[in-house]
Amino acid sequence: MRITVDPITRIEGHLRIDCDVDGGKVTNAWSSGQMWRGIELILKDRDPRDAWVFAQRICGVCTTVHAIVSVRAVENALGLEVPLNAQYIRNMIIAAHAVHDHIVHFYQLSALDWVDIVSALSADPAKAAQIAQSLSDWPRNSVQEFAAVQNKLKDFVASGQLGVFGSGYWGHPAMKLPPEINLLAVVHYLQALEYQRKATLIVGVLGSKSPHIQNLAVGGVANPINLDSQSTLTLERLEKVRHNISELTDFVNKVYLVDVAAIAALYPDWTTYGAGVTNYLSVPEFPLDTKGTQFSLPGGHVKGGAGGYQAIASFNDKYFEDGVKESSKHAWYSGARPLHPYDGETEPKFTGFEDKGKYSWVKAPTFYDERAQVGPLANVLAMVTAGHEPTKKHLDRFMAIASAVYGSPLPLTALHSTLGRHGARAVRCAVLQDELSQQYDLLMANIGKGDYTTFNRPVFPRGEIRGFGFHEAPRGVLSHWTVIRNGKIVNYQAVVPSTWNAGPRDQNDKMGPYEASLMDNPIADPERPLEVIRTVHSFDPCLACAIHLFEPDRPTPITVTVR
Amino acid sequence: MLGLGNLLLSDEGVGVHAVTALRERYDLPDGVEVLDGGTAGMDLLDIIAGRDTIIVVDAVRREGAAAGTLLTFRGDDIRAAFGARLSPHQLGLLDVLAATSLLGEAPGAVTVIGVVPAHLDLGLELSAAVAASLDALLARIADELASIGIVLRKHRP
Repeated sequence: MRITVDPITRIEGHLRIDCDVDGGKVTNAWSSGQMWRGIELILKDRDPRDAWVFAQRICGVCTTVHAIVSVRAVENALGLEVPLNAQYIRNMIIAAHAVHDHIVHFYQLSALDWVDIVSALSADPAKAAQIAQSLSDWPRNSVQEFAAVQNKLKDFVASGQLGVFGSGYWGHPAMKLPPEINLLAVVHYLQALEYQRKATLIVGVLGSKSPHIQNLAVGGVANPINLDSQSTLTLERLEKVRHNISELTDFVNKVYLVDVAAIAALYPDWTTYGAGVTNYLSVPEFPLDTKGTQFSLPGGHVKGGAGGYQAIASFNDKYFEDGVKESSKHAWYSGARPLHPYDGETEPKFTGFEDKGKYSWVKAPTFYDERAQVGPLANVLAMVTAGHEPTKKHLDRFMAIASAVYGSPLPLTALHSTLGRHGARAVRCAVLQDELSQQYDLLMANIGKGDYTTFNRPVFPRGEIRGFGFHEAPRGVLSHWTVIRNGKIVNYQAVVPSTWNAGPRDQNDKMGPYEASLMDNPIADPERPLEVIRTVHSFDPCLACAIHLFEPDRPTPITVTVR
Repeated sequence: MLGLGNLLLSDEGVGVHAVTALRERYDLPDGVEVLDGGTAGMDLLDIIAGRDTIIVVDAVRREGAAAGTLLTFRGDDIRAAFGARLSPHQLGLLDVLAATSLLGEAPGAVTVIGVVPAHLDLGLELSAAVAASLDALLARIADELASIGIVLRKHRP
């Protein structure tokens, strides 16, 4: 039996997933990007100083990340150093954006894969609040708040407005949470809406505008620092940032991380499905010097099996630069062999969907000719391997809560799974909150020393230069690669996280991470393949193409075909 | 006034082009805020929550309608036309509006002014048909504002 889900999620871009199902399990899978990404072409012949402005329009969700990595790529080509203040301001924007993204991903984009909203109506609010209080000392776990949310939910149902929660899978046989946990999750779903705004506000204050920040420049940032002037980054604005950081830290540590741990423990099967590709790649983040040779969070290559660990150490890291290639064998582009991004080509060659041939607009990236999974799980595994203490602390706490709810110790290997990806994302979010505070302190201390520099002017030489920039974005490793001749861009390629994870089979016909992770997933009801959606959502899928046109005449956009 | 769209995909970016043109041609009175929302989703929550009126300009695909045709959707029409189903985007405008309802901070009134695109090819320029409709689009926006008692005046040359 073949199941086709198209498009699969309330996500950016059009992702189609096909699965063969036999005996109630997935036996084969295909991940297909349904839109052509040729956006790099728009950057050809442009001034490299402007590239980030266009690059951040690639995606509506990850606006800041494409902007940041674009300036890093051009700075790398120039060998240009970035003033400390600019690094810290960029670091805070990166961290706040990622926190926003992780919170929204869990609660608004994927919690309803696990949480049955309708079941929450029959919960006992007192009992639900008691469970919540036993897990966390979050002050908003009160009986009053739980009862108020339940009443609000009843009103929404009574007035036929359950649609505001999107198309949930309430009543699906794979939903297993007790009503009280469902209510707890709905309460926190609403609180998450409030708290993610605090992260957006930090991005807006530091980036001068959100969405689409305005403050970047090749060579630094355009934020003049003058603690007394109203038109610049003032003490008052920085104080607002600090206040929001502190409120977010509480929410992430006392709500988000706790909820994911509890839900994982209550769906223990889902810590055994969905591992897929266990060769992991991430990059270091939060540069602490002007050259990008020291970072506060490690990143690197956690090799599959017993392959060991290779750290990625600097913005000039040769191991990273030389390892990346993209194959078009199963993608709708011409080109016979895998190419390095500097030599990348984007020549479309559409064939229709061919199971054994070409079937996607996404290329298949490899790292030293192997598929790699990217994302918070890859990064958490690298940080723990590298001995990063704050990550170990948050991961230990996560495992302790999950094990307590489960009733016996869960092994760390449970992270290689569908719910493990959610868990790692929550752990990384807690680490990011610590970083947000630390980068704020570093910025204030540096300004306190009298350093107000935020920008080094770039100068473009005649002749050809090339460079790459990387960034550990919310969905994983993002890299931009550019070749510049006489101050103009001649080639530009973006290798985005979802390309790593959602890519089709590679040159050796090996499955990509989405595809491999779907193998052996159970399917209770082929007409409503919630299990497929759970596993794909756990990657935080986003196909970086940002078509968002209204289509009022289009029928229900999600179709599930079974044949 | 919220212009939505992807500037890199020609007519998809018409909402952003519209708010840019609006700012260039008119003095905006106090109480009117104009924003290029790009293709953002939940980032817009804070911007939309609690407003008296939101006017959204965006590309709208409509079977059989000529490129450049203007369409207006209001209040419940928006939900009827686009509601009760998932957005094909990350989190579309409707999801954000739904979130404001959940928080009890829904805007007082919402109007979507749509422009039918000719194509969504890669490119920074609008198609000829949609570019030609820009004056009519700005006039429609001005009418919409006039209907709630806000008069736009052109910049003095």
